[in-house]
Parts: sequence; structure tokens; C-alpha cells
Amino acid sequence: MMNAAFLKMINVIVEEFSHSYLVPSFLTLFMKSSVAGDWVTQHAKDPRVKLVAAKMKKENYRPDALIEILHTAQNAFGHLPLPILHFIGKGLKLPGSRVYSTVTFYHFFSLKSKGEHTCLVCTGTACYVKGAQAILNELEDKLGLKIGEVTKDNKLGVQAARCIGACGLAPAVVLDDEVHGKVLPADVLAMIHEKTNAHEQAGTE
Amino acid sequence: MNRQELNNFIEKEKEKLAEKGSKAQIRVCCGAGCLSSGAEELMNSLKEEIKAGNIDAEIIPTGCMGPCNQGPLVKFDPGNTIYQKLETGDVAPLLNSHLLEKTPVTEKLLFADSRENPSLNADEDPYFKKQLRIALKDCGHLDPEKIEDYLLLNGYQALDKALFAMAPEDVISEIKQSRLRGRGGAGYPTGLKWESVYRYVNDQKYVICNGDEGDPGAFMDRSLLEGNPHRILEGMALAAYAIGASKGFAYIRGEYPLAIKRFETAIKQARKLGLLGKNILGSEFHFDVEVRIGAGAFVCGEETALIASIEGKKGNPRPRPPYPAEAGLWGKPTLINNVETYAAIAPIINNGGEWYSEIGTAKSAGTKVFALAGKINNAGLIEVPMGTTLREVVYDIGGGIQGGGKFKAAQTGGPSGGCIPEEHLDVKMDYESLVNLGSIMGSGGLIVMDESSDMVDVARYFMEFCMDESCGKCVPCRVGTKMMHDLLQKICQDNATRIDLERLEELAEYVKETSLCGLGSSAPNPLLSTLRHFREEYENRVRETSPKHNVVD
Repeated sequence: MMNAAFLKMINVIVEEFSHSYLVPSFLTLFMKSSVAGDWVTQHAKDPRVKLVAAKMKKENYRPDALIEILHTAQNAFGHLPLPILHFIGKGLKLPGSRVYSTVTFYHFFSLKSKGEHTCLVCTGTACYVKGAQAILNELEDKLGLKIGEVTKDNKLGVQAARCIGACGLAPAVVLDDEVHGKVLPADVLAMIHEKTNAHEQAGTE
Repeated sequence: MNRQELNNFIEKEKEKLAEKGSKAQIRVCCGAGCLSSGAEELMNSLKEEIKAGNIDAEIIPTGCMGPCNQGPLVKFDPGNTIYQKLETGDVAPLLNSHLLEKTPVTEKLLFADSRENPSLNADEDPYFKKQLRIALKDCGHLDPEKIEDYLLLNGYQALDKALFAMAPEDVISEIKQSRLRGRGGAGYPTGLKWESVYRYVNDQKYVICNGDEGDPGAFMDRSLLEGNPHRILEGMALAAYAIGASKGFAYIRGEYPLAIKRFETAIKQARKLGLLGKNILGSEFHFDVEVRIGAGAFVCGEETALIASIEGKKGNPRPRPPYPAEAGLWGKPTLINNVETYAAIAPIINNGGEWYSEIGTAKSAGTKVFALAGKINNAGLIEVPMGTTLREVVYDIGGGIQGGGKFKAAQTGGPSGGCIPEEHLDVKMDYESLVNLGSIMGSGGLIVMDESSDMVDVARYFMEFCMDESCGKCVPCRVGTKMMHDLLQKICQDNATRIDLERLEELAEYVKETSLCGLGSSAPNPLLSTLRHFREEYENRVRETSPKHNVVD
């Protein structure tokens, strides 16, 4: 019986292991499309699901639009939950393995939540030469976050980018889509605190 | 819109421009670099001040002006005066002094902090004087979100000329004559590539613009797409006309949201004026372009991987031949060129192939855009004729090493390139000379390193990059990069022996020879070039033998 509890269990397993290549893609096979169907029926009114559905329709359900649709889905959800991948696979008539392998191939797509706020440290060559590692070390020392990790309360996630193309301003970090150049490790911490605190205040109002 | 209607449209725009007369123009650099140093707030504050003071001036947001390190930049025309590192508080005094009292604010002029006599006219500053801007010419001058600006600067005239005065063969022979070579890195002659796609007969052909600038340290494609998107679009349309394609794709990195937005705007504007779509300018030529957003895979800069990605698949490369010219996107003949290559097309058609071929060196014609970064004073985007020496680029244009340090090496070509040591500072920057030194031109990233850089760690850094970015399809690259990385790591941690070093060299040659695509076959380059030029750094860190090896071997 494919019920909600089972779906939850699968999600927990995948969440646990999705950082490693060992995530057996057979896990996704357990997720029969009927489960995804249930999930989508339950969330049919979710505007994010509607957005993905509309994008698929706009692209005429062409399988070659997969990456475009994944972009839309990730923009809407912040990451790519498994049921949505099934929903997309079903819509484009693509096997789950094909969708899953595409998602895990590209760095841009993430199966896990990236956190409410993100701190993306550029690790391109210019930033490497000018001390990106020091920023990453500081984040690990002071916040206990390594690349790809998220705080327990899901407030902040740390990521690394290959190169954001702001080499003239190295080292650079991107805080929630805002590029900050020529930063020192301490600056980054201060900016992060400002972001997360502002959020808390906004939350209490 | 047909040809006549477009000409009328341009005439009207010219009249509008003439009406403005000598009204002051204030150009605010809105390149990615300046935006992150606060260009947007600066522009808002300029607008407010102008409105409040009732000053007769126009504010134009532009693409990248070049000296990104000095941002945010504002240029005053007429006069071509650039001010640097402006803050909102500087706006009112600056407007007052420059526009009303007609006295420039010397301490805020471009490079005022590093030169004794900063130039009033930016073009006279050594930074610009040594450059020859063809691809970047209007970048930093026109408003990238207005097609009118581009049209007023002779935009789409090359397309008009090709459609009505040239046969596709003529366009190809003009490009061949220009001796333009692919600016993405490999340097394949563009004219020959076009000709081979042209020769394959098929009812459907494609043109692709490779804007997947994954090479860390290179940002010229980004600046071109952000600063002058119509130039790229015109280049693509000309290519499509020459080879007989009716559909184009621009594959742009997902990391460049602004470039994607501006390019999409450009496509919409061009469609509206009949410069894209059916019967372009009333001719028999149909062409349209779609944007495809990359999803962060370095290997997708490789042409067959990029094609797979446009088809919605994993970006795995495939063996060539067949080359994309024969069987590319969905199996159809496909032309793939880099952004910077397309940027050179319209000027070549306008001025003739001969004009372009006279610039540069015997084997590498034209100009090349470099992204200067690292421990250099004037980091930013520059364009110089091929054959300019590295010394001129680093010292005359780049202003030397930051903090007065000593030059150690310049890294070109990113993870596929190598490091050029001090004794080769006088190397001419062209395709062949760089290859002779064990590096490559690549897409044009140029990272300057000073004495503080550890070259073994630099090699490890790039190997880590290639290891992570290897798509995993072929064994030499998937396993080889991992093994080389582990050996380099061992050296960095001072745990390696001479045998490890020998293994590393042997492995590098194998991977270079046997990998499927360019990523793998060039992955050992940073390692090999640092071994060649900085061997003593490796030698100093390996022990002769270790007890462990005595037992095992």
C-alpha cells in the first residue's frame, strides 16, 4: 500500500542520503507514479504546483524541455522535492530514472532544501587566489556549516559556486541573490547575521 | 517591418537624438561588477539630484565599461570622463562641479588613486590607450536594454548588408578572409566551420551560441551578453543566413541571470522590429532565437555536451566525428560558436574581412578579450590585439601587481590551461605562443598570481575542479582526475615520495591522450605546466623514499 506514511519514509531516506552518490536511484522506483499522483492531487491548489503544470503545458510537454521545467520547479520550491520530479516525469512521459539522473547531474538542481537564506561563496580562480577558502573556513568555524550544509532551523545554507563571473571583485559571495565583492571573512559573517536577524524581526511583527 | 520601414524608424531616432543636441549624458555602468558595488543606488541618487536641481542631463544605464575593480563607474559625455568609486554622497557635489561649474573633480577621476595625473578623457589613460576594442566597442556606451541605441550605432547594418547585397557564400568568404578563429578557446578557424555546415544539405540546420562560460576567472561572455546583447544576436543572425539555418539557441549559464534577462529582452525587441522571425526585413530569410538556461555543469561548454543539454538531457559529451557540423542538435547540421566570436561578426561584415585580418599576428588575427583578475591592480575586462605581450597586459594595462608584490605567474585558460612564469612575461598572447608554453588561450581568463601563491596547490585546485566537473562518461577522466587529485593532495600535505611524482606525470600523459572530450584531455594541463615551470616546488616537497614504499614495492 502506497500511503502518505510510506511516502514520508522514502523522503526521509532520500533526505538522509542524497548528499552521496550512493543514493540508490531504485529508491525513486518505489515511488510509483500513483504516489506522485496522490501527492499532486493533495497539493493541486498549491500555486507552486500550478506554476510547474503551466510551464509544462507551455512547453507542450516536450521531453527536451525537461531542464527548463526543472528550473521553473526549483525556482518555485527552492529545491526539487521527489514527488514533483515524478509529476514532471509523468507529464513529459519520461522515466523517473531519466529525470532523476538529469537532476543529479547538474549542480544547479538540488534535492534538498537550500535554506531560507543562502550564502553562496564563489570559489572561482580569482576568488581562490584572493582568499575564498578563508571565508569558507570562517563559516565552518563560526557557524559549523560546510559547503552544501544547512542550519538545523533551515535558516541558512552555505553553498559554493564555480565562478559567478565577478572576478574583478574577488573574493565574492552571493547572499540571497545579492552579490558582494571584495569581502573579508568577518564581513560575510556580519552580513549573514544581519540577514538572519532581520528575518527574525520580520517574523515577530 | 521591412527594410524601408526600419530605415524610417532609424531616421526618426536620429532626429530625436539631434533634438537632444549637446545635452549632457551620464552613463552609469550597470555591469555585474559595478552593480554589486552599488551602481543601482548611485543611479537612483543621480536621477533624484538631476530632478531636484533641474539639471539638463540624461542618465543612461550601460553594460560593463571595463575597469571593474574601480567601480561603481560613471561616465560623463561629451568629454568621455569617467569617475570611479562613487558613493551616493558624492553625487551632488560631482554634478555641481562637473556639469554646472565645468570643473572636473580630479580626486574622483578614474585611477586617481594610482596615477599622478589621471586623464580627463578616459581613452587617454594607459588602461584604454593600449586596448583596441572591437567586440567590446559599444559595451559600456549604449543602453543594452534599448534596441534604438544599438541601431543608432550602425546596429543591424551588417545584417542588412548581408541580406540584400551578399550571397551566403560571400558572407562565408568574408569571414574566411578575416582569419577569425573561435574565441571559445580551441581557436578553430570560424570561416572553415561555417563553410562545412553550409555544405551539408538539410532542410533544418541550427545555430547555437555557446554562452556557458564555465571557466572560472573568465567573464567576457557575461559582459558581452549583458552589455551589448544585440551585437551577439546580429552575429547569430548573420551566421544563420550564411549557413542556411532558421533556428538558433543561445545557451547561457544559469549563474548569469542578468545576461539571460537582457538577452531575452533583446530577442523580444528584435522580433518586434522584424529583425528576427519570418521574412526578416522583407527578405526571404527566416530566423528566430530561443534562450536555453544552463544548469551549472562545466562540461556543457564542450559542444556535444552542450547539444545534449539543449535536448534536455544530461550533459554527456559523445565521440566526434560526426562533428556537430554534420550531425548536431537533434541530428541536424549545427553551427556552434562562442559569444565572443559572434561579437566579432558584425564588425567584420561592416568593415570587410581584410580589415580584421590586418589586426593581430600572422596566425591569430583580430583582437581578444581578456578578463584580468587576481593579484592585479586594475582588474577588469580588456580587449587587445592578438600578439600583445603578457608584460604589456599585466603592467601597462593591468597596472602591475597589487600591493607592490612580485609577479609569479599568470594563469590562462582556466582548468584547461596553464601557468606562465615570469621569464616568459614577454610572450606574445596568441593561440600558438601560449600552446608552446604549455598553456592555452582558452576563453580569455587571465589570473595573475604573486609570490604568495603555492603552485602545487594551484595545480591541486584545478584538478579538484576537473575531478568534480568530470561527467563520468569515460574512465580516463573520471578515474584519472581523481587519482591525480589524490596524488597532488598527498604532495600538498608533504606525504608524497618521488615515486608519487613519477606516477603523477605518467598518469597526466595517459589522461591527456585517452580522454573522450576536451575536459579530460586538457585536465592535466595546469599540472603539467606547473611541473614544467615550477618543478622545484614539487621537488622540494617530495621525499626520496618512504618506509612504506620500501615494504610495498
